[in-house]
Amino acid sequence: MFPISLLAMFPGSQLVLYALPLIVVVSLVYGATRHETWPAILKHSWDTAVWILGFMGAVFLVILLAGWTQ
Amino acid sequence: MSNDTGSQPTASDQDPYAPIPVDLKNPTTAAILAWLVPGAGHLYQGRRGKGILFLVCILSIYFLGLSMGGGRVVYAKWDNTEKRLPLFCQLGVGLPAMPALIQSALIRQKMDPIEINGVRFMAPPADVSEMADLHRTYGYLFEMGTLYTMIAGLLNVLAIYDAGAGPVWMIPDSEKKKRSRKAEDSSSDDEEEEAPSDETKRNQSAESPA
Repeated sequence: MFPISLLAMFPGSQLVLYALPLIVVVSLVYGATRHETWPAILKHSWDTAVWILGFMGAVFLVILLAGWTQ
Repeated sequence: MSNDTGSQPTASDQDPYAPIPVDLKNPTTAAILAWLVPGAGHLYQGRRGKGILFLVCILSIYFLGLSMGGGRVVYAKWDNTEKRLPLFCQLGVGLPAMPALIQSALIRQKMDPIEINGVRFMAPPADVSEMADLHRTYGYLFEMGTLYTMIAGLLNVLAIYDAGAGPVWMIPDSEKKKRSRKAEDSSSDDEEEEAPSDETKRNQSAESPA
């Protein structure tokens, strides 16, 4: 199980929650501008959301590693 | 006017990603309506589902962002003290951002900006100290609200394009990978069928008379 106390290592991590509505809205709007039917829109939105989260995770890791090396 | 699918193949009942013809009615009117109110262009075209999606998604983050900064994150100011560049993005939502221009015009004409419940709604800060007060009051929410409203405006640019020219048909990456994998599998199956294995060849040569 993920130890929640680990979050204390990252002060201000709750700010990431502000990204969630943006990820949902950006994914849905982006998906909707690429398709006309709901199954395709939802599938594309899901893919976009996963891509954004993956990108954010990668940037997080890079910054984390950069901080550790100092 | 309808959005035909160009050189792409026409819709098939099987493929949910295949382009389908969309009736755009008058694309210019639709694009203007889409700019004025997010989703209005699609509702005009009868694309109700997408219209409601754009309306709810874009306006919700716009007003959420606006409320984060106490109705002060969207404002027009272009002088030596500040050049408010985020407004260019925020103007993408159309009418909901217009009060910022009206308030700015009122101030330029040396008139008092309109106040709602004592808040100079969407009015530019009078001076640097008022700007500092806003940041002190709202903290990081002021920047977050600015970001939300900017993204709302930029997303509406995509919606305006969709209303004026129809969807940019494309297949999601995961689906592309799935299809290429399926194509590889089927081509390897075909090769196996066409070219018999070495063992089969050996058996065939043993069976055949010398």
